[in-house]
Amino acid sequence: MAVGTGRRRGKKSKVHFTKLYNFTCCRSSLKDEHSQIGQRGFSRSVHCNDPDNLEQLQLRYRDNYVSTTKYTALNFIPKSLFEQFRRVANIYFLVVACVSFSPLAPFGATSILAPLLVVIGATMAKEGVEDWRRRKQDIEANNRKVQVYGRNQTFEETRWKNLRVGDLVKVYKDEYFPADLFLVSSSYEDGICYVETSNLDGETNLKVKHALDVTASIHDESSFQNFKAVIKCEDPNDDLYAFVGTLCHGRQYPLSVQQILLRDSKLQNTDYIYGVVIFTGHDTKVMQNTTDPPSKRSKIERKMDKIIYILFSTLIMMSSVGSVFFGIETKNDIHDGKLTRWYLGPGNATVFYDPRRASLAAFFHFLTDLMLYQYLIPISLYVSIEVVKVLQTIFINQDQDMYFEETDKPARARTSNLNEELGQVDTILSDKTGTLTCNSMEFVKCSIAGIAYGRGLTEVERALAKKKGGGPPEVGDTSLDAEGSNAELVDTGRSIKGFNFQDERIMNGQWVKQTHSNVIQKFFRVLALCHTAIPDVNQETGEISYEAESPDEAAFVIAARELGFEFYERTQTSISLHELDRESGKSVDRSYKLLHVLEFSSARKRMSVIVRNPENQLLLLCKGADSEEEFMSWEEEFLKAQTSVTADRDALVDAVADKIERDLILLGATAVEDKLQKGVPECIEKLANAGIRIWVLTGDKMETAINIGYACSLLRQGMKQIVITLDSPAVNDMENKGDKEAIAKASISSITKQIKEGLSELSSAKESSVSFALIIDGKSLAFALDKNLENSFLELAMKCASVICCRSTPKQKALVTRLVKKGKNRTTLAIGDGANDVGMLQEADIGVGISGVEGMQAVMSSDVAIAQFRFLERLLLVHGHWCYRRISMMICYFFYKNITFGFTLFWFEAYASFSGKPAYNDWYMSLYNVFFTSLPVIALGVFDQDVSARFCLKYPLLYQEGVQNILFSWQHILGWMFNGFMCSMIIFFLATNCIKEQSFRKDGKVVDYEILGVLMYTCVVWTVNCQMALSINYFTWMQHFFIWGSIALWYLFLVIYGTISPILSTTAYRVLVETCAQSPFYWMASLLIVVSALLPYFSYKAFQIRFHPMYHEIIQRRRLEGLET
Amino acid sequence: MKAPIYIYYQLDNYYQNHRRYVKSRSDKQLRYGLQYNDTSSCIPEESNDGLPIVPCGLISWSLFNDTYSFFRGTDELRINRKNIAWKSDRDHKFGKHVFPFNFQNGTLIGGAMLDPNVPLSDQEDLIVWMRTAALPSFRKLYGKIEEDLEANDVISIYFLNNYNTYSFGGRKKLVLSTASWLGGRNNFLGMAYIAIGSCLIVLALVFILLHVKNPRPYGDAMYVSWNWKGIPN
Repeated sequence: MAVGTGRRRGKKSKVHFTKLYNFTCCRSSLKDEHSQIGQRGFSRSVHCNDPDNLEQLQLRYRDNYVSTTKYTALNFIPKSLFEQFRRVANIYFLVVACVSFSPLAPFGATSILAPLLVVIGATMAKEGVEDWRRRKQDIEANNRKVQVYGRNQTFEETRWKNLRVGDLVKVYKDEYFPADLFLVSSSYEDGICYVETSNLDGETNLKVKHALDVTASIHDESSFQNFKAVIKCEDPNDDLYAFVGTLCHGRQYPLSVQQILLRDSKLQNTDYIYGVVIFTGHDTKVMQNTTDPPSKRSKIERKMDKIIYILFSTLIMMSSVGSVFFGIETKNDIHDGKLTRWYLGPGNATVFYDPRRASLAAFFHFLTDLMLYQYLIPISLYVSIEVVKVLQTIFINQDQDMYFEETDKPARARTSNLNEELGQVDTILSDKTGTLTCNSMEFVKCSIAGIAYGRGLTEVERALAKKKGGGPPEVGDTSLDAEGSNAELVDTGRSIKGFNFQDERIMNGQWVKQTHSNVIQKFFRVLALCHTAIPDVNQETGEISYEAESPDEAAFVIAARELGFEFYERTQTSISLHELDRESGKSVDRSYKLLHVLEFSSARKRMSVIVRNPENQLLLLCKGADSEEEFMSWEEEFLKAQTSVTADRDALVDAVADKIERDLILLGATAVEDKLQKGVPECIEKLANAGIRIWVLTGDKMETAINIGYACSLLRQGMKQIVITLDSPAVNDMENKGDKEAIAKASISSITKQIKEGLSELSSAKESSVSFALIIDGKSLAFALDKNLENSFLELAMKCASVICCRSTPKQKALVTRLVKKGKNRTTLAIGDGANDVGMLQEADIGVGISGVEGMQAVMSSDVAIAQFRFLERLLLVHGHWCYRRISMMICYFFYKNITFGFTLFWFEAYASFSGKPAYNDWYMSLYNVFFTSLPVIALGVFDQDVSARFCLKYPLLYQEGVQNILFSWQHILGWMFNGFMCSMIIFFLATNCIKEQSFRKDGKVVDYEILGVLMYTCVVWTVNCQMALSINYFTWMQHFFIWGSIALWYLFLVIYGTISPILSTTAYRVLVETCAQSPFYWMASLLIVVSALLPYFSYKAFQIRFHPMYHEIIQRRRLEGLET
Repeated sequence: MKAPIYIYYQLDNYYQNHRRYVKSRSDKQLRYGLQYNDTSSCIPEESNDGLPIVPCGLISWSLFNDTYSFFRGTDELRINRKNIAWKSDRDHKFGKHVFPFNFQNGTLIGGAMLDPNVPLSDQEDLIVWMRTAALPSFRKLYGKIEEDLEANDVISIYFLNNYNTYSFGGRKKLVLSTASWLGGRNNFLGMAYIAIGSCLIVLALVFILLHVKNPRPYGDAMYVSWNWKGIPN
């Protein structure tokens, strides 16, 4: 049987929905807080309908202009620059650029500045574009129109941004409130209105607000002329669920959040309202609530920082070597008072070359070298990664296979930081309701006066039956099997959302013939009365739908409606039903006076209403968990609790509520089912096959959780279950006695024992291939998460394939997430849909929100939002895997190409007496990272895929490449670096040995500095680009275009650069056209050097694929050999 | 030896690629002459007695000044010293109306003197010298012998040993060489081609042998390389 009724409500505890949504409770004001008005924190005063009041103007409250942009036109440049230079690599490049204006620089300042400017400019442009989009939204919002009561006693249209504190505005149905308003009156006589707050907290149900009685009657435009009042209230703050203030209108009236309409919520089911602007612009609660999402960085990026530090150390080491040798050589320029290398003019050298101050010269030279070897640090790495990740997110967002048509929701990667982390997930922590299930409750069965009604089969029943290998079991006394009932459902042609109940005994008014019809009547009355839903009558068809706090509540009201107890109207003080009369069998209208609502709280796990029925009987109707008293005395106590201030209030209210919910008569029980989402069992199986551990953290009780576990194939046949629970007779006994300390002690020892047993069971079963599942309940979890026990608990849990934590609270969910993340340093992914999952989502390395029915809170705090759980499979196994590969290859390649280039400079240095002369023309060097090698690597980062999506899904084990991080292990990274080092050696030494001193052309010309530079540079460009071609797996015309295009660009650049004036092009003047291109030697040497430089990697790769293939290589091979189609 | 026979002088352990040396020139002055008077880059050979030097800088100041004459028997061989520099240098880097000025007038005389009446674009020795070498051992074209030298010809060469290489332990060589389509003689390129080619052949053979001896389907999913510990099935 599916979910109990209470469970789902636990989610609301975080939202404090109840405070926003009270029918009667909050009408009594909170006197204690009101005494603070006028003091610190409660100093705001608003002159209603009088914004031009002198006092009001003096207060200088903010205008209603809202800007959510990160930058303004003025501070964009300094602020975004500051952001850029928080990266250590960028600071280094900035310092280099500054120093490059001094004579220390080995090359011209512009050629250093140019790439830095390109890189910084690109990043700034990206920031700018993003900010511009925000700005456009702002402009749209600021220029929306609203009706304001003006000087000539009429309502005039004005823009939102022109609103001032104290303005009286009129807002129509389906419009958003332009600022935080005080509700004066509405189109309804009693001054209520309905609002939808989905922009604030994601809840789509309607909430009631009501005006004070004193203002509710002010309706017509002329009477506003005389409406002058002063509101004194709290200062701007971010609490959406509280408001403290008083209205001075003749006398003082306390205000609560019931009279406040928040900006960005929407007026519904009400034709119009009048309101006074209290908070404007950034003072509004919604704006006060905007915080930046927590910024998470992927493990790969954190590791990348370490590599950057390694490169910095290498840079410093190389510079030190260079400066020491330079110092020695410079010192020897004057030997025994005689000039040795006289042609360098050491006799009258500046301080940078002075042999008499060789150590000082060496120091300066160290700085020069720091600049010269800057090419070791890939300047464009960060910006390239950012660009690539943004493009990757576009692919994720536009994936047709992750688009959910029903709700028109595609996947949405809310941050691009974590793409590659999606390919490394080791443990998934999943919520259950709304994540694994649809969170659309269906009323399936009920039991009234001990008789079970309802003949439908639940999904879990069906799944369990299937697992056991038999057909669907015969259930009770029904003759209908599952298919039969389905067929019947279809036949009726009218499937009602939330209602899957089949029983001819009580449907269609047949219940009156049952023996316990009086109990049945009461039972459905409870369902129809005891709730907080709001009816929404469709004017045309007369059909009634309900806006309920939770889907199970809706299911009950719908069930009551279908069985003849139609709830159709709610006022502040009454609930009205169309009811089937037991005697006459006709539909009659009955109205119940609503005296009190005892809100649902997760501690009590039930709710009640106290009503007076038309027969003037006082009834307490309770729904949820497991009588009339002296109502008056209780009410007094209850009110006292309600009006008390501070944190204890909830507890007090609970306690008093408990007092009255006693001596009740049990009418019956209900069963609602929450259906599994489509594809969940298959998806979980795939993910499990990919070696991903799946933990389900649910609030269900253990039996339910285990059943669900089977239904979604989290628990499989043949799995051994280790159950840790405190639900033993001994503990229960102690609990009854109530000695807290003894309970804790006994609990700890019991859990320690159970964990130990579990571990020994695991170790004894090591040889066999049995896999284990751990099931632990919330109480035990509380102890298991204790400092002393958490390690052994984690050890046990990590050895189990599946873990189910039942009865867990939101806080425990977050704690478990942290335990896994910190304890084993594994990548965790949390997935959930409700407000109670927020903590878990933020705690995990990656938070995935399900954009389902439960509002946007989870999505707002998630990193990726998907519409259905089953999309997780594609998100991880395909996109995650690809992104991981792409990013890690990209970073490795970046380091490779820069090391290849940087070290050729170092070798040349060694042959130029470490004087700091670069081997290449300034502009060759500065364009290296920007032009000749950047685009192919971006194409790699965006498009490369080892195997197609189909194979990713077919071979889920492939995912382990990411989990075990084999593509970004130190071994792998250092391998790439070593490859770069080798390439630089091969290029430099082959090139210098090939050209030696001899002539390289038929006309006897010899190779000089310019030609060696061009030859080496040609080889570097060819080598790194061909290396790219060798290492990528996926060629489209795009890859060909970028790779070969980059090489062609180099020649093109040489031609163009070579034709401009020799004053500018210096050593590159006509160097290709006149000197190199005509020399066969140049071309042959290039070919030889490039082939040789690629040979080590090529042969390594050939051997590796032959003898030690990686998983993706095996799959590629299978596809190639036609083993896979 | 068939004409043209190229005459090179070779210097060893001479750092023409030293940063200080390379920087010490003024491209603008070489092209525009005295009109262009910012010669700060030429330090320390930018001026003398308050007057600018043309061509300024260490490179031109240290111009190689050994001279050679060649005799076959008693006949002096004609050495063509024209067209030894790159055409683009002559036409675009060194001015046709720029004449040496105040050159080698300092207390320290570096290398060769220049004829103040010949424009820089025609001073091919200078142009060749100023195209700095890449490595510390280098050859530079001195001239061409435009007649064939027969076997058993005895060539006498008269050196004028002006250029000081003793102070830094450098060596001077004189090289006569012809050039094929691949340039002058250096076996390295050919050897390297053969070596790399052999490498590839050996690799290919190894793979063929391996495949013949031990053929196995590549796509066998059993050969998964990483270890599986810690992964529950």
